Formats: sequence, structure tokens, C-alpha cells
Amino acid sequence: MIIDDTIAAISTAIGEGGIGIVRMTGEDSLNILNKVFRSYKNKDTMNMKSYTLRYGHIVNPETDEIIDEVIVSYMKAPNTYTREDVVEINCHGGMVAVKRILATLLNNGARLAEPGEFTKRAFLNGRIDLSQAEAVIDLIRAKTDESMKIALEQTKGKLSTKIKHLMDKLLKMLAHIEAAVDFPEDDIEDVVSKSVINDGKEIVTEIEGLIKNAETGKLLREGLNTAIVGKPNVGKSSLLNALLEEARAIVTDIPGTTRDVIEEYINIKGIPVKIVDTAGIRKTEDLVEKIGVEKSKEYIDIADLIIFMLDGSRELDNEDKEIIKMLENKRVIVVINKSDLPMVIDMDYIKNNLINHPIIYTSVNTEEGVEQIEDKIVELFFKGDVTVKDVYITNVRHKDILTKALESINKGIETLSSGFPIDCASIDLKDAYLKLGEITGDTVADDIIDKIFTEFCIGK
Amino acid sequence: MYNAGTYDVIVVGAGHAGCEAVLAAARMGCKTLLITLNLDSIALMPCNPAIGGTAKGHLVREVDALGGQMGINIDKTYIQSRMLNTAKGPAVHSLRAQADKKKYQFTMKHTLELEENVTIKEDEVVELDVKENKIVGLKTRNGAYYECKAAVITTGTYLRSRIIIGEVNYSGGPNGLFPANELSKSLLDLGVALRRFKTGTPARINRRTIDFSKMVIQPGDEVVTPFSFMSDNIEREQIPCYLTYTTEETKKIIQENMHRSPLYTGVIEGIGPRYCPSIEDKVMRFPDKEKHQIFVEPEGEDTEEMYIQGMSSSLPEDVQIKMYRSMIGLENCEISRTAYAIEYDCIDPTQLDRSLELKKIQGLFFAGQINGSSGYEEAAAQGIIAGINAALKCKNKEPFILDRSDAYIGVLIDDLVTKGTNEPYRMMTSRSEYRLLLRQDNADARLTPRGYEIGLVTEERYKRYLEKRETIEKEIERMKTTRVSPTEEVLAFLEKNNSAEIKSGITLYELIKRPELGYFILAEIDKERKPLRREICEAVEIEIKYEGYIEKQLQQVRQFKKMEERKIPKDLDYNEINGLRLEAKQKLSQIKPDNIGQASRISGVSPADISVLLIHLEQLRRKKGE
Ligand SMILES: Nc1nc2c(ncn2[C@@H]2O[C@H](COP(=O)(O)OP(=O)(O)OP(=O)(O)O)[C@@H](O)[C@H]2O)c(=O)[nH]1
Ligand SMILES: [Mg+2]
Repeated sequence: MIIDDTIAAISTAIGEGGIGIVRMTGEDSLNILNKVFRSYKNKDTMNMKSYTLRYGHIVNPETDEIIDEVIVSYMKAPNTYTREDVVEINCHGGMVAVKRILATLLNNGARLAEPGEFTKRAFLNGRIDLSQAEAVIDLIRAKTDESMKIALEQTKGKLSTKIKHLMDKLLKMLAHIEAAVDFPEDDIEDVVSKSVINDGKEIVTEIEGLIKNAETGKLLREGLNTAIVGKPNVGKSSLLNALLEEARAIVTDIPGTTRDVIEEYINIKGIPVKIVDTAGIRKTEDLVEKIGVEKSKEYIDIADLIIFMLDGSRELDNEDKEIIKMLENKRVIVVINKSDLPMVIDMDYIKNNLINHPIIYTSVNTEEGVEQIEDKIVELFFKGDVTVKDVYITNVRHKDILTKALESINKGIETLSSGFPIDCASIDLKDAYLKLGEITGDTVADDIIDKIFTEFCIGK
Repeated sequence: MYNAGTYDVIVVGAGHAGCEAVLAAARMGCKTLLITLNLDSIALMPCNPAIGGTAKGHLVREVDALGGQMGINIDKTYIQSRMLNTAKGPAVHSLRAQADKKKYQFTMKHTLELEENVTIKEDEVVELDVKENKIVGLKTRNGAYYECKAAVITTGTYLRSRIIIGEVNYSGGPNGLFPANELSKSLLDLGVALRRFKTGTPARINRRTIDFSKMVIQPGDEVVTPFSFMSDNIEREQIPCYLTYTTEETKKIIQENMHRSPLYTGVIEGIGPRYCPSIEDKVMRFPDKEKHQIFVEPEGEDTEEMYIQGMSSSLPEDVQIKMYRSMIGLENCEISRTAYAIEYDCIDPTQLDRSLELKKIQGLFFAGQINGSSGYEEAAAQGIIAGINAALKCKNKEPFILDRSDAYIGVLIDDLVTKGTNEPYRMMTSRSEYRLLLRQDNADARLTPRGYEIGLVTEERYKRYLEKRETIEKEIERMKTTRVSPTEEVLAFLEKNNSAEIKSGITLYELIKRPELGYFILAEIDKERKPLRREICEAVEIEIKYEGYIEKQLQQVRQFKKMEERKIPKDLDYNEINGLRLEAKQKLSQIKPDNIGQASRISGVSPADISVLLIHLEQLRRKKGE
């Protein structure tokens, strides 16, 4: 933990409003700005006066590629919110611009702020009144718990499996190096720089892959896994299209239209959601459809959230009831569709068998109730108290950590390639390992030593 | 019970921790008393006949740099010396020496006897006298009562120790010595939490019954590096060690007799160290390994006993005989001392402060294996710190604390008192975050000025250190200012060493940084070089070559120090702090960390807890200011 370095964060909610603000505080703020900002009239950023604005572009200093058109402001310590130097970058709203700007700052020396860290600094530096100490503590606590919750949700996904796998590989390498270093007289196969370099390069390729995914947004696509299920012809594909605001899935009045599973990524009020349209669930002899149905059942198992759709204009039948049974212990939003038609469905049965699940009436054709579904998704997962920003931050954070881990491994490889001994490289590799551990949140302090003793027969 | 006198510091136990503790306190001007069960067991090495090794060698260097005795003592009594890991980089170069066990002991004993402020007594301490949470004296078995201002408990593995050999087990200390059965009760009465650890030692074998022709000889280094910064010219004839292996037969014997192992019969309840497993442990845990390597090491010049490293065991004696005889070169061996496991009481070290003083009893210090560590060097390292702090306590001065960026000693003590340990704790270089800074070659630069400040380092040592430092710096400066031009000779030299050709002048300093070159090789083209001591040349090379890495670690240390500098008042009531999670409250109340850095290393304390703590401290600070 570091207490007085330069930190950065997005300070407007993403996707809300026309402009976004990325804020930075700490000694190095102006320096970092200087690296990434090109003023309109080529003025020297280092000469910027306190409490002034400048217009220009944020660029990637390595490639000179323009990232966004911005107005920056600089406020010199101590008359600022944190009593440290503060830089604010006003850019176009929308999550892409702010995220890229934040990432640029992080790549150039800033650290991503921990939850509530700006306020914490303001307090520690005497900017906030003593009477508000409790409030500051509450804020830090709440923010941390919130982001922990999100981080946890996200680490259940594919990303964390991949990172765990990388960490295992690194740990194995490290344990081998450290065992050879700490137990030179035990018969441990000597660690050869060459093999460490090769293993290191493999890990580098994998991390680069992950980072690229993060850039193209695939990492984000670890969004909430939401499956739309229901028997054929109730309007599932229609709902998917409505949520996507485009005609992605084929909609017909023939039951069994959707035969395979369709996955799409949408952004519901800033929350990344992976939405899955499934084949209607019913007993079928058609082979292709059968596979689709099987898959739908699997999706029920792995989904974070299920949108269970019923056709309100038809009687409940056994197929509906079968599905209801599958939904036990799941998080479900019950959607009674086709409310534009006369209601004949047995609502008492539904309410008694799907206790505690919210019920929404929709007419997907007229888009009525669709927004209510969206609101419900947001509310259900975050109980409405999580700002949209944090979800993205988790991703920015991941990318930041991955980038820094990559840097460390590359340094380790470089050290070895230029003929420096193995113990210099292991410092870098250990760095990378500790960094990756921040994503999964696992405690890693004694991992290496534990691994040495499980992998190697050591001892006098 | 009679009153037997008053001392500033009393040290209980004269193992490696006790010897350093009593010497440090005495040399800092305290009137000290050393009480031990048996004077002939002072500085006893009940297990391997060696000092040093990876990380442990670093500890010895550090103890020496502070003005301790272990380094000087081994330099006087070594029979073989090796610098390990020389191919792996300067951070992990490690010195290890085989000792003549008896000479090591008697040399240390004699040093203690000659030390001005030290009195030595053979006796057993049976009870500690504590008044108002302060140690005031102690009682012995012979009926003496000694008054004291501070005491250091360094009882090693002797507290209620049990020896276990297969089905046989009895109350006894190491090497056939008596255990100390009384003191544990006194500690429990004072509310000190005890636990049970286990360790073991292999058999000793008469050299005449070993066939060395089947083994690989392991000679010492040709040029010996001393442990002590004060020693020069310690060259002497060395005695070799030997390498041999277990066989399939060994494995079979062990597997067939596992049911007689006390580990399986449940006789052993103590927790043993993972890095020092018995041979039966190794065979059971790594059944695919065909053979295990075993070192045969001499125990001294005046004995034929050989130590069989790697073969510690608690199997019954009859099985041991078969097992040892199944090894290459040991077919006809005669065991003179049977391998055994030993179980003993030790304390949970999280009850201690970083000064090694017990949190709840003023003036009562603990050091060595009783704190849950293992190894002579780990013991000595704690001993010197406990001795120093006991002396400082008597003088009403602030405690002497080394942190994780100062020394391995700091890492060792911080780990023990902050995280505790679940097994006998052994020092490893992997445990240090800053190992490129904590090298064995620069222990004097790190610690000798600190030792001088507290009055432990002598004028002589301090001067010697200053001179060495100055020579190193001058030579580095000379490297920075001496340029060579692309003359024929220089170009030929570069080509010979596969180093890139130069087009214009370049400093020697820059050439040293090239991986394929170094300070020593450059002698050929460095015309003005004057002969310097080897350790100085090595320091010059390391400090130039690894400058970049060293600088990076220094930067990390600066961040680390910022956290260590945020002090936490000792009487802080964590239960009062809103926003701390319950687990954090409990852990913090138990450990009572000195500062934010230490707090952040306690398991179960999260970064958010640390933030809350920081806010709370700021709140307190401001309230005080108001
Ligand atoms: N009246 C009315 N018709 C609807 C509504 N929603 C969907 N439909 C119609 O219902 C029919 C089936 O819609 P789909 O979206 O294909 O249904 P599905 O659940 O995906 O069906 P399968 O893929 O066959 O399982 C289409 O003709 C839609 O136009 C609605 O709210 N009101
Ligand atoms: Mg469909």
C-alpha cells in the first residue's frame, strides 16, 4: 500500500451526461499531464498556472495518436480538494473516452485510485472537517464493500480462471527459481535462464492476449450473464431484439424458430450484460432443436439472472410448469408477455410457485414494459446502490494490473537475456505475480514458500 | 532461598541466542548474569556441524556487523568453508562453514569467561518473579534468588523436551542433556501462551566404518571468505565433506517400517519444520524419487564422528541401523549416536514486540528457538537484538529495532512477531522483499554505524568499517573517471571477451556494467589499478554492476519507510474504532503494531481497514491539537 503517490479516477458516472471528467491528484499530476497532453497552441504544460484551463488533446505519448479532445484544468496545492496538486480532464462523455483517458494516465505513472481515496486524502491532509471523519470512514467502507462485490462477481468469470492459470504458471517458475536459490545443495534441477525466458515469453503472450481482449471490449463482456428462457413462441427473441434495439434474432409466429442459442452483449444503463436468447424449452424430437433445448437448460444453470417469459394470452401448460421447476434457487425476473392481448394465464399459480420473484407485464411488440425489465436488472444486481462507473473501473483496473504485470515480466526476461543472474529477474517475476494476485484478490504472501515445499523434496 | 545478588540483565540459557544476548548487554555496559543448565554445553551445536548457508549466512554477517560474536567464533574454529550460490547473483551469495563443534563451544565459553561484565552460573531457573507487570528477579533450583532489571529467556529446545526414537520416548534434552521442566509452568502462570514444536537430528557415525571411496568428495573453497568483517587471513587446512545417496533398499526399509514411526502412531504431537523433514517424511511425500542425496560431514578435528545430513529420523533404533546401512558407502557403518526427534515448548511469538520484549511484561525478553524459530543463526540474530534491547531497557532508552529494509534480522523478527509461525521458522532469502539491498557483502554498511550508535560496535571495528567504505567509494569514483580509448590493446581485450567494440573513449564504470565484463576482468586494461582487498573489489563490482536494480529497490524502500514512519500509539483501543471489521479489531488488538506498515502485514487486516485506521489516527492527532 502506498499513501502519497499520484492517483487517478473517473469522476463522472459513465454514460451519463454529455461530458466526462477524469481527475488526478498527487505530486506528479502535472508531470503526467505534461506527458499525455498537447495544448492547442503548443503551450508548455509545465508552465500552467494554478486555476487555469487549457484546450487541446490527450494523446498516447508513444504513438502520438489522439485519444480525445479535452479541456484540462490545473489546481496547485494546497488550495484544492485534496490539498495536493489536482488535474482535471474534461472530455467527451460516454464510457469510451473517459476510459481511454484514464488508461493513458495509468500507463504514464498514475495509479488507479482505491474506492474513496480522493476523500480519504482530503481528510488526511486536513481538508475535511474533523466532524466528518465518521462519514469518510463510512464512505470508504461502503465503497470498498461495493467494489469488492463487483470484483467478486467478475472474478467468477472466465477472466479470473485465465489469470489463476497464469498465476499458477508464474508460481511454478518462481518456486523453482527460489528453491534453487535458497537450497543450492539440495538436488533441485538447476534453473536455466533460457528455460525461464521461454516460460516467461509464453506468459507474456497470454497476458498480451488478455490485454488485447480488454481493449476490444471482450473483457468487458464478462458482463452479467442473463438468459431469456420460456417455452416456444412466447416472445423471447422479440425481447432480445427490443433490448438490443435491432433485429438480431429471427422472429416468427412459428414455435421453435430459435433453434440455437444466441448471445449478445448489451449495455443496460451502463451495466454490461451478456444476454442469451435460448431455444424455447419443450419436448421435441427434432435433433437440432433438441440440442438447443438441452443448451437452454444448461444456460439456466450458469446464468446469473434469468428472464422467464410467459405468454399471458395463453393458458399455462405443462411445458411452462416444467420450466418453473427448473428455476428453483435462481434469480428470476418473471415476464408476462403479450399484455396487448387478453390475459388468460393463471396468475395465482405463478405467484404461488415463483414466490419472491418480481413480475413484469410487457408487450414486447409495443415495447411496453421493456424499460421496466432493464430497471429491474440494474436493481436486482446492484440493489440500485452501485454506480455504473464502478463496473467499468473494475475492468480498467484489470487492464492496468495486466499491463503492469506484463511490464514486470518483460523486464525479468530482459534482465536474463542481457546476462544478469537469476535472482535479479526473480524480483521482477515476483512483482508480476503479486500484481496478478490483486485481480483475483487472493492472498499471495506465502504462496511461493508453500509451493517450494510441496514441489521439491528439500531438507537436511 | 537466599538473595544471590542484583544484575542489570540476566540471560537464561547459553545457546547461540543466549551467548549473543549476554555479550551484547555486557558490552553495552550492563552487569550481566548468564545462567545455564550445563556449562559444558555453552554454544552447543546439537544438530548440524555448520554455521551459515543461504540467508543464514547473511544473518551471521549481520550479527557480526552489529558487534556480535558468532562470525568471529566460527572464523576461529571452522574446518571447511564455502561460498555458495556464486553463479546466481550477488543477493544470494551465501557463506557456509563447517565447524569443529567442540572448539566452537569452548572458544565461545572462553570468550564469555573473559568478558568483563559477564558472570556465568551453572543452575536451572525455575521461576520468574514478576511484580506489577515487570520482571524483578528469578529463582533457581539451587535456591538462589537473583534480582534484575531485565531478563532474556533463551531456553532453546529444552523446555519440557521429550526425545522420541520409534516406540521409545522419554523426558530429555538434546544430546543426552537434561530438560528444563519447571520454567514452562512459571511462564503459563504468567499468562504466556505456549505451544509444542518438534525437530530432529540424524545419527552420527564413526568415520572408520565409512567407505568414502564410494562417495563424492566435497572440498572447501580455495580462497576462504571470513564471516567476520574483523577477520583477516584465516586460511587453514580444511577437512572435506562427502556426498552419497540412499538406495531403493533404503526406501523399502522405510516403507516397511512406517507403522513403527511415531509420526504414524501419534506419539509426536508437535509441528515439525517443512524444510527439515525426516528421511521417512521425504520418502512418504515423494515416493517417486528413487534416491535422496545425503552429505557426510565431519563433526570436528578431534573426533571420528561424522554427521549424516539429510537422514534425520524418529524410526526405532533397529530400523535406523538397517536404514543407514542400506546407503552407498555406509554398508558397514557403526552408529555412535542414534537419530531422534525432539519435542519442546515454545511461545507464540506474536506475544512479543519487535524489540523481542513480551508485550505484557516489562523487561522480559525472549530470543531463539523458544520463539518458534529454528537454526543457530536465527537464534543468534534474535539473541543480539534481545540483549541490546534488554540493555537499552536498563538505561531507559528507546528500543533498537531493525525493519525489513535494514536487515534479514528485521525480516526474521517482523515475520515472527507480526505474522507468527506455524512451524519452526527458518530464514530464506525468498522471505525478504529487498534482497538485492540486504546482501551479505554489505552487512557492515547497513549495520555497523547502527551498532556504533548504540555503543555495541567497538572503535576499532567502526574505524575499520569507515576505511573500507571510503576505499570502496574512491575506487568507484575512479572507475567513473577513468576512460579508456579504442586503442589496439583495448579493442583486442574487448574482442577476446566477446564484448562490443568501442568507437570512442568510454569509462571503466560503463564497461563494468556490461554483463560479459566486470571489475576483475578489467584489471588487464586498468593500468593505474592498485591492489585492493578482495571484499573491496567485490563490493565495487556489485555496486556498479547492479546499480539499476539496487536503485529500484531503494525506491521501493522509500515507499515502505513512509508506512513504517506512521506510528500507532501502543494504547490505541481498536474496539473503539468504527468501521474496522471484527477480525481486524481482534488481530490489531492482539499484535498491537508499532506503525501502519506493520499493521498492513497482519493477516486478516485489509487495505480498507488500514484506510480506516489512518483516518482514525488523523482524527486523534487533530483532537490532540485542538
Ligand atoms: N401480440 C403480441 N405478439 C408478440 C409479442 N411479443 C412477441 N410476439 C409475437 O410472438 C411470436 C413469437 O415471437 P418470438 O420472439 O419468435 O418468440 P420466441 O420465444 O423467440 O420463440 P421460439 O424461438 O420459437 O422459442 C412472433 O410472431 C412475435 O411477433 C407481444 O408482446 N404481443
Ligand atoms: Mg426465438
